[in-house]
Amino acid sequence: MSLITTLARLEAVRDGRARPLATVRHRHLAEKPFVFVPLTTAGEAGAPLGAMVGTDPDTPRLLVVPQPRDRDLRSAFLAELAEAMLPYIESYAEGAEYAEDTENTSGSEEPCADAPQLLVPSAAGVEYVRLLGRSMRFRRTAEQDPDAPHPAPPRVPLLGRWLTHFGERARVPGSSLLPAMTQLLGRHWATGQSVLEDQHLGALLAWIDPPHGLTGAEAAARAERERDRDGLLVHPPAGPATDPVFDNKRLAPAIARYDQGRTGAEREIHDLLETQLRPTWDAVWRGVGLLRALPEGAHVADRWKRDRWSYTAHRDRLRAGEPPQPKQDDAVTAARKLGARETAQAQLDAQEALDDPLVMAGRRLAGEAFEGEVTAVVMEYSQAKVPRPRPLVTVRTGDAPHPAEGARLHRALPGGKSQSAEFVAHEADGTLTVRLTGGMGRGKVPEAGSVPEPGDTVCWTLFEHAPRGGPELPDPDRTPWTHGGPPAAAAEAPDPVTAEDLL
Amino acid sequence: MIRSLDSRPEARPETAAPTALRQRLAELRGPTVAPRPLDARALAALAANPGCHRRALLDGAGVDKAALSRALGAPAAFGQSQFAFVRGHAFEARVKADGGAELVRLLRERLGDGSPAPEHVDLPDLAAAGPEGRTARTALALREATAAGRWAVLDHPLLALTVAGTPAYLEPDAVVVHPDGSWTVVEIKSFAMVDGSADSAKVGAAARQAAVYALALEAVAERLGAEAGLVRHRILLVCPKDFSNLPAASLVDVRKQLATTRRQLARLTGVASIAAALPEGTTFDLCLADDGRTSMRPAAELASAVDAVAAAYAPECLAACELAFHCRARSRAADAVQALGRGLRAELGGLTTVGAVLAAASGEAGDPDDPTVSALRRAAALRAQALAGVAG
Ligand code: SF4
Repeated sequence: MSLITTLARLEAVRDGRARPLATVRHRHLAEKPFVFVPLTTAGEAGAPLGAMVGTDPDTPRLLVVPQPRDRDLRSAFLAELAEAMLPYIESYAEGAEYAEDTENTSGSEEPCADAPQLLVPSAAGVEYVRLLGRSMRFRRTAEQDPDAPHPAPPRVPLLGRWLTHFGERARVPGSSLLPAMTQLLGRHWATGQSVLEDQHLGALLAWIDPPHGLTGAEAAARAERERDRDGLLVHPPAGPATDPVFDNKRLAPAIARYDQGRTGAEREIHDLLETQLRPTWDAVWRGVGLLRALPEGAHVADRWKRDRWSYTAHRDRLRAGEPPQPKQDDAVTAARKLGARETAQAQLDAQEALDDPLVMAGRRLAGEAFEGEVTAVVMEYSQAKVPRPRPLVTVRTGDAPHPAEGARLHRALPGGKSQSAEFVAHEADGTLTVRLTGGMGRGKVPEAGSVPEPGDTVCWTLFEHAPRGGPELPDPDRTPWTHGGPPAAAAEAPDPVTAEDLL
Repeated sequence: MIRSLDSRPEARPETAAPTALRQRLAELRGPTVAPRPLDARALAALAANPGCHRRALLDGAGVDKAALSRALGAPAAFGQSQFAFVRGHAFEARVKADGGAELVRLLRERLGDGSPAPEHVDLPDLAAAGPEGRTARTALALREATAAGRWAVLDHPLLALTVAGTPAYLEPDAVVVHPDGSWTVVEIKSFAMVDGSADSAKVGAAARQAAVYALALEAVAERLGAEAGLVRHRILLVCPKDFSNLPAASLVDVRKQLATTRRQLARLTGVASIAAALPEGTTFDLCLADDGRTSMRPAAELASAVDAVAAAYAPECLAACELAFHCRARSRAADAVQALGRGLRAELGGLTTVGAVLAAASGEAGDPDDPTVSALRRAAALRAQALAGVAG
């Protein structure tokens, strides 16, 4: 944690409410995100209990598994989930733009104009999406395999492949196909509690937007701990795990009544799950509102374009009839994904700093950038046959960078380009000299505005602004088969069906 | 392997605390209250925060921390869903259904050392009266099974370990005795192993718990007079496979956890010296009403008893200790920066309170030559500049 972040947390303790960690929004927020609040059965892997889903904060759709041990009921739930989610996911698949650039014979393709965004409450929700994806993608429908003992409903394996894709994409730093609300909020606000405690969506919101008359700490303590007379949490956890007291005192008896075939038991389970899901659903939308109030960072659209590519590439893989994602990546794919994630992290770090002075402040504190006022500019030229401008710029700064002599520096120019420079020396009077080495046009005279003038405030970074790979390309691991991806492996077998696949 | 196992057939664990200490601990707990035995989970958590005297004493004295936290008005959120409980038991029963043969099969398969399949797996009866009887029975069964040179599975053996002067009884899911006389701890968990890997946090917790069992087994081995190396350092973790009820197993090396636990437990200040430092008459007795649940002690009185013992609260406590909400409130009231995380505390050098850090950062206090203070001032100035630029 940078000292600036630490300070922000301590300020939050002092003020009794969260303090900003960013001055712009660093993540894409869809105009119409699809919110997915899942609940799972305690102690069972991949046995969903229910979910609240949809794109309209006022009219969520509630899906319920009245008896999670019943394979058919789980299948029905997944079918419903597919029916609720797939139209949303697929609605972005049409209309991939093709650049109408007649000179470009390579047919430079563009990704889909927009992409779906699934929003879950917390990091555990992201993991659950992965797990659901894994549990569904190898299943066979009756059409695919007439002999399958328990055929999957038609669209379930397809949803499994999409959820797997979303889950995988979520591991790429800065990606926004499947963000967790706690992570989005935690990126933008520092609370007066620990990072561990920030995993609780209710507590996190309590710090960011405490109700009138309460401090963040008080409101967070309530959100975490307040229980009613029966010992049930007043603010249920954001899932997918449920409150054990709820399980034992409410859900288990209701399920027992359902098993006995009592009338109204199913309705009761619906109502019970609604009490657990609705507060989280509302909390996610409250988070959306808070995030929308922040202006979007300048590079967010670039990163979203990568997400659009990722989505488009997966669409193409599905269309090409490729098999589901393997259970385990082969070594090459795994290494490539790791490499891509590292690049994405470096890009994210650079872009966030460029988009946000508060992030840049952290880099300046770390000696990775410096800002100051230009005190002198001396025009010099390179020795080449056609001499190029190589002006020497002197800067006075309070920052304490430690570049080696000749180290490469980078400066953002208006219009998004970056200008390279070279560190020359720390001068005796405390100023720094820097030689500009590019970004001044092709002529002997630098283009207007490309060389700073005395009195200007400038900021140089020791890190590159666009580390490896432009924003126009799909990530290596998203390269569609049609674009020379690795050869398709045979589809893996579905999970064997055991006599009772639940205990 | 040949061992001399003729020593002390009823090897009694060193459970006996000196009478004076026992007396004192009983007073702390409340004279009519039965001590709450420590289990492996508690020991693993204890080892995770060895600097906490409060926990060491309360656990050492066998105080029911969950009840105490309720009486303090800061109940812990620990609890288990009956769905998870039922599933956990059903899975364990299923894995052990055939008298241990399945466990031995999984173990052999994982070891892959080509040892011949057993014709028979011994399943000694471990029933006995009372914890001391059961630990003695376990020790005897281990001795016999080891001497027999056959596969044997001990189902829920009971082991004893003395921690900071107090006895703890530990009950692993199973211990397998190999024909060569070595022992393997078995942990059966109900979280799934999907495509060969499970939630790393859960595996880590299981490994720490298993390390405590291995430690206790080593103590038994020592008492039995067998040479060291008897306890295998790779434990067998058994989980449901993928989305099924079939078992999947994996060998987990717990040498690191074993070393850490051993070191941390040794570091635990003896309960005796903590107890000795308490004011006269201190007790955690809840003076329960006839319902056996309601505390008759005023919360403030209990709180001052609890606060008389030094704590070392950090956010990790929230997942490990029943008193966490109480300790967190105290830590926050004391303005401690550690309440926000150990890492943060480490970053701030000698400044331990929020007030002191903010005062140093704003220039109101602190020695400007202190590198922490100057870094803080620089950070505060940069932060203020960035925020002002946006606001203006
Ligand atoms: S919660 Fe309190 S008693 Fe428990 S370990 Fe943490 S500081 Fe010690």
